[in-house]
Amino acid sequence: MDRQMLLNEINYLLFVAVLAVTFLSCAAYVVFFVTQRNQLRKTARMLLLVSWCLQSGYILSRYLSIGHTPITTYHEAVFFFAWAATSAYLSFRWRYTVKNFGTFVSLLIFALLIVSALTSRQVIPLEPALRSWWLPVHAGISLIAYGFLGLAFCGALMYLLQERELKSRKLGYFFTRLPSLDSLDQLNSHCLAVGFSFLTVGMIAGILWSKQAWGTYWRWNVKEVCSLLIWFIYLVQIHQRFTVGWRGRRAALMIVAGFAVVLVTLWVVLT
Amino acid sequence: MSAKHISLIGVNHKSTPLEVREKISLIGGYEDALARLRKYRLPEYYLLSTCNRVELIWVSDDPGETTSDMLGFLFGDTVEPEHWDGYSYVFHDGNAVNHLFRVSSSLDSLVVGEAQILGQIKEAYRYASRHGCTGPLLNKLLHKSFSVAKRVRSETGIGSAAVSISSAAVELARKIFGSLAGKKVLLIGAGEMAELAAEHLLGQGVESICVANRTLSRAVDLAARFKGGACSLEELKSQMETVDIIISSTGASGLIIQSGEVRPLMRIRRNRPLFFIDIAVPRDLDPALNEIENVFLYDIDDLSQVVEMNRSEREKEAVKAGRIVDEETLKFVKWQEGLTVTPTITALRRKADRICSQEIERTLAKMELSAADRKKIEFLARSITAKMLHDPMQFLKSDSCRKGEDAKIDMVRTVFGLENDDETN
Repeated sequence: MDRQMLLNEINYLLFVAVLAVTFLSCAAYVVFFVTQRNQLRKTARMLLLVSWCLQSGYILSRYLSIGHTPITTYHEAVFFFAWAATSAYLSFRWRYTVKNFGTFVSLLIFALLIVSALTSRQVIPLEPALRSWWLPVHAGISLIAYGFLGLAFCGALMYLLQERELKSRKLGYFFTRLPSLDSLDQLNSHCLAVGFSFLTVGMIAGILWSKQAWGTYWRWNVKEVCSLLIWFIYLVQIHQRFTVGWRGRRAALMIVAGFAVVLVTLWVVLT
Repeated sequence: MSAKHISLIGVNHKSTPLEVREKISLIGGYEDALARLRKYRLPEYYLLSTCNRVELIWVSDDPGETTSDMLGFLFGDTVEPEHWDGYSYVFHDGNAVNHLFRVSSSLDSLVVGEAQILGQIKEAYRYASRHGCTGPLLNKLLHKSFSVAKRVRSETGIGSAAVSISSAAVELARKIFGSLAGKKVLLIGAGEMAELAAEHLLGQGVESICVANRTLSRAVDLAARFKGGACSLEELKSQMETVDIIISSTGASGLIIQSGEVRPLMRIRRNRPLFFIDIAVPRDLDPALNEIENVFLYDIDDLSQVVEMNRSEREKEAVKAGRIVDEETLKFVKWQEGLTVTPTITALRRKADRICSQEIERTLAKMELSAADRKKIEFLARSITAKMLHDPMQFLKSDSCRKGEDAKIDMVRTVFGLENDDETN
């Protein structure tokens, strides 16, 4: 029992630390966005890395505390979502940099963390049917997919802002601060491709798990229909990109719309 | 006044429609034209030809008579003599100098402040001097025009206007395409600004520049400069399938690319972005192009807005530049006036007197002498200078100088450093 209390205590402290560090990182990114001072960007990036470590620690401590991967309650899922987005962003940074992408992503991460902070942190015991190693595989992979789709969403927002400035021919605040349309478009393509791959694997895992838990592959419940809808939305986008070279404003709007559906689904599925 | 007069006639983008300018532009190049000018037996002459202007400067004793000869040379049979006055401008002496300085400092350019014109003036000067067409007057005038241009560029912000417009085009292209490597540019029509923008893009690593022009031969010439290909206006549509950036600056009165033509192309292009830059006035490109997705259209006003160079700022710089040009013109005219015998003799004598008085004063200040001795020393000094000056004076007064051999007078002035004295006085 002492161990449990200690874990809970650590768990709580880690959560507060995550919120605080992410807030600082986010603030540094925003100030960097406004002032464009490079030193701030380095600080912000370091803080985000620290935040990722703390987030991982939080998930680990919660795992030790409740005995299964903490992605079943709304709080846990949204937190895991934030962790996935942070991981996706950090993994991305190693490959190539996109100017000021961090500002948008850190805002998304912080928003997700706030949502998870506002929801109940109470542990709900898992239904026996769900106790399976399929749980982390299915839910984890799906949330990682959402993380990448979240990055695509940020990229699409940046694209729309930059495109609007270029089209209106009144170059203002965002023109210098945002990267080129081409690099944003590439970013979106990349995130979409990676996100969609994870989404597909996550769905297959879900189908197999359903068979194991309930004896049938597909039950046509709300959650499954929503997931299928999301999968189709992204399938269409990927298909259009690779066949007719779909890009630009419409493609960016589709990414934003797709992500909105993801958020709604997440909310529907978990409540 | 000097016996020699500097005169200038010319046509430019303001005075003459493009159709006429095209006809009188030097088809055979400078060498052929300078050889034809030789027949007029002018003491000095200089010829400048660019896509926006032809300027002819010469030195003569009788500006009135030679002007009609030169107009005849300039227009040839292409234009009826009664239109000559309407299409061209004629300047003499100070006004001619002032005009050349304005041209060289790019105040007279289509795009005020572009730097290309100075290079073109220098190139034309190389031809003229290699063929022995220029003499002391024009040599001095042209060298002065280079330094005036340099002064205007460094002391005013006039240069930043043009440079910033084409670099704004580059910046926009980078925001659309990211890296410009591997991108293709299509230049429709030619003009100082369009070429400047194309050069700028080439410097940023675009893969190729293709030039389309109404007259294919000009397209070929220009393409050779950019090491690119040439095509005719009929091929525009197929070109638009592959290029990424299109700079248009034709003299056409109507639109040459309609938005309806581009819309179906976007599918063939697999929606790759297309960046149109319309430098022409009146515009070449349909404003509705901007409404097509993945198509971006900027005209010259948009570009100037981009650089946020407001009108009053630019005008202020132009006024400042104009003042520099006027100042330098006065200096040159003063120099030219000095290039006659009498002022040179006066200046020489004045300089000798001044040195003499200074040295006497300095020496006598250290010595205790009687008034008679002082007189003797003063006399000594003055007779030395007078004897020293005797031969140069005789040289100046000799017939060859009287006839206005500017070179000899200029040499005397240079040897005795009279130019610098005039400026410090």
